[in-house]
Amino acid sequence: MAKLLETKNLVTNFYTYEGSVKALDNVSISIDHGETFGLVGESGCGKSVTVRSVMRIIQSPGVIEGGEVLYCDDAEHPEQCEDLLIKSEEAMRELRGDRISMIFQEPNAALNPVLTIGEQVAESYMFHRQRSMSRQILADVESGKISFGIFSPLLKWAYRRASENPRAPALRLMSKLPLLKLWGRPMRREAVNRSVGIIERLGISNAAELVTRYPHNLSGGMKQRIVIAIALACNPTLLIADEATSNLDVTIQAQILELLQDLKERRAISSVLLITHDLGVVAETCDRVGVMYAGILCEVADVKTLFNNPVHPYTRALLNSVPRFCVEGELATIEGSVPNLVHPPAGCRFHPRCKAASDICKQEKPKLVDLGNGHSVACHHIDEKIGE
Amino acid sequence: MDKILELKKLKKHYPILGGVMRRPVNSVRALDGIDLDIYRGECLGVVGESGCGKTTTGKAILRLHPPTSGDILYHPGDGGESHNIAKMSYSAMQRTGIRNKLQMVFQDPTTSLNPRMLIKHIIAEPLKEQKRWGARELETKVVELLDLVGLTGDHLMRYPHEFSGGQRQRIAVARAIAASPEFIVLDEPTSALDVSVQAQILNLLHKLRKQLNLTYLFVTHHLLVVKYISTRIAVMYLGKMIELAKTEDLFAGALHPYTHALLSGIPNPDPNLDKPRIVLEGDVPSPLDPPRGCRFHTRCPFAINVCAKEDPPLVDAADGHKVACHRRQETRKLVREKFGTADYC
Repeated sequence: MAKLLETKNLVTNFYTYEGSVKALDNVSISIDHGETFGLVGESGCGKSVTVRSVMRIIQSPGVIEGGEVLYCDDAEHPEQCEDLLIKSEEAMRELRGDRISMIFQEPNAALNPVLTIGEQVAESYMFHRQRSMSRQILADVESGKISFGIFSPLLKWAYRRASENPRAPALRLMSKLPLLKLWGRPMRREAVNRSVGIIERLGISNAAELVTRYPHNLSGGMKQRIVIAIALACNPTLLIADEATSNLDVTIQAQILELLQDLKERRAISSVLLITHDLGVVAETCDRVGVMYAGILCEVADVKTLFNNPVHPYTRALLNSVPRFCVEGELATIEGSVPNLVHPPAGCRFHPRCKAASDICKQEKPKLVDLGNGHSVACHHIDEKIGE
Repeated sequence: MDKILELKKLKKHYPILGGVMRRPVNSVRALDGIDLDIYRGECLGVVGESGCGKTTTGKAILRLHPPTSGDILYHPGDGGESHNIAKMSYSAMQRTGIRNKLQMVFQDPTTSLNPRMLIKHIIAEPLKEQKRWGARELETKVVELLDLVGLTGDHLMRYPHEFSGGQRQRIAVARAIAASPEFIVLDEPTSALDVSVQAQILNLLHKLRKQLNLTYLFVTHHLLVVKYISTRIAVMYLGKMIELAKTEDLFAGALHPYTHALLSGIPNPDPNLDKPRIVLEGDVPSPLDPPRGCRFHTRCPFAINVCAKEDPPLVDAADGHKVACHRRQETRKLVREKFGTADYC
């Protein structure tokens, strides 16, 4: 399969008063077209920082220090990749929400309480799809579906300009002038129409009524669906779901996961990068999984391999500490707690909690070694571990 | 087995005030008639979605929220006389020492511990209330309690923010067991924690229950978590108890369709295992205006006419296995027919 996204040796630090927090230490993941990739780990292990670095939305004390983020979504030229880290901020704004979009954890925080659902979903179209919407409106006017009345010459001129270049200086001036600024209204109406369409595609029946409501009128599951609708509005190639179901009830979580699965089967989204701390969600939805611990990637494998033959001691311990249906008796625990990343342990970052740690673990950082079939592990004792 | 608590027709309605006079115009029926016996030494898991009344049950037992109606009978372990907590005055509760005997651990340890108090003072607070010990004795007692929950005397002079989430929850547990209670309400004690830490806390709670002969009411939304620690599980939906069974019985032979939906809704951390995938339609109805008849009938895949008319009573289906469903005899068959299998292991 062709690669869609690849991060190479991504390093992100946060400069705080206590010192620099080494949140990411050479993280390299790659996601193929049409794949669901899961990133799991405990809180503070750098899952969210990884995707935020990919989207370049790391906030102030955080700095992306090095590495590459290659994004290759051109279906015709799979080898042509662009490095997202060297793109201009302007170009990134064009890309976010259009070619890569993201679902955030807390739908209450992701939605604006003073705007209607319709306005929020339409915003995505208003930013990325002005050109195609203008063309659509012109076509509608030609075919007589909508009529501009006496303003026809002016509006037709405006939309012709907008279909060529929506950021044209004349249009921007018009948007600032009284009365003339109303030229955008038909476009806004078109954007809301498209939002109704995308909300209906998510299996919500009363979409036309829903777009006039405010977020507080909706339940948690419905809000999360709206957030997904915003993310899917411009048909992104990669959808990043950052703990998209963590705050929802089990039955609602099942609905949302089913929805994501369904959207993938209908090819509405190509690839999903799913971030979660719940290994159950990973087992049910992902094709491949990366396990992170304290800013490093410890193990990458496809789901079956990871759950049946985990190699890294942390993956094993994590899998043992998860409550399961068919296992009785006491839960296994991982002694100690996640290290403070201002002063991460030297060598392997897991060694203070690892039962199999030896001297080399305390001194040298293990490299990610490929074991074949896309299974790679960062541990000094791989050979012994496989034998077990 | 002897009972420690008996809940009889327990109701808790939160009034909604409206109009100029702020009169009650409606009420949220958070608990609508719960009958439940809690036996000494057991861990009773209470499971359900948010808003189903599981936390309210716990808080009503402790009188943190005074119940609207119904009785809560408490039988002390030392053979003293039984009390009806629901009808007692607060001062009588304090005088008889019931406040000490019923304790609670809250969901989020970052908010349940006072950030301006030292650990020493946090844990000693319930002991100080009893006015039986001096400062030095208190300190040795606090160190004992810290040892019990896996912390050491070094942690005495620190503030809550210096601890990790798991350690904070240990401190909250230490505070709850400080007054040597008989019964503890654990309100989602692990939902704010990571999996590896969650396992530590669950094992600690299990150990303490055996060691101190405690009785737990373990409130959670996650059925797998409760499976490890509970002896019995009660499933709640919209202010009603719909199923009550021993843990093994519930996992091997769930009878209520909602329990099946909950069980199948848990993401399963085992890709080799096949289990039914029941995805319920819609959301939990508003407790302001719960549906008539069986409260679950609006989302139930097997609802029939009688479900919309009559509220099913909680009846014994098997030995100690209670369920409130009109079609309790055939649910397992129905689930098997519609979703392939009705087993989760």
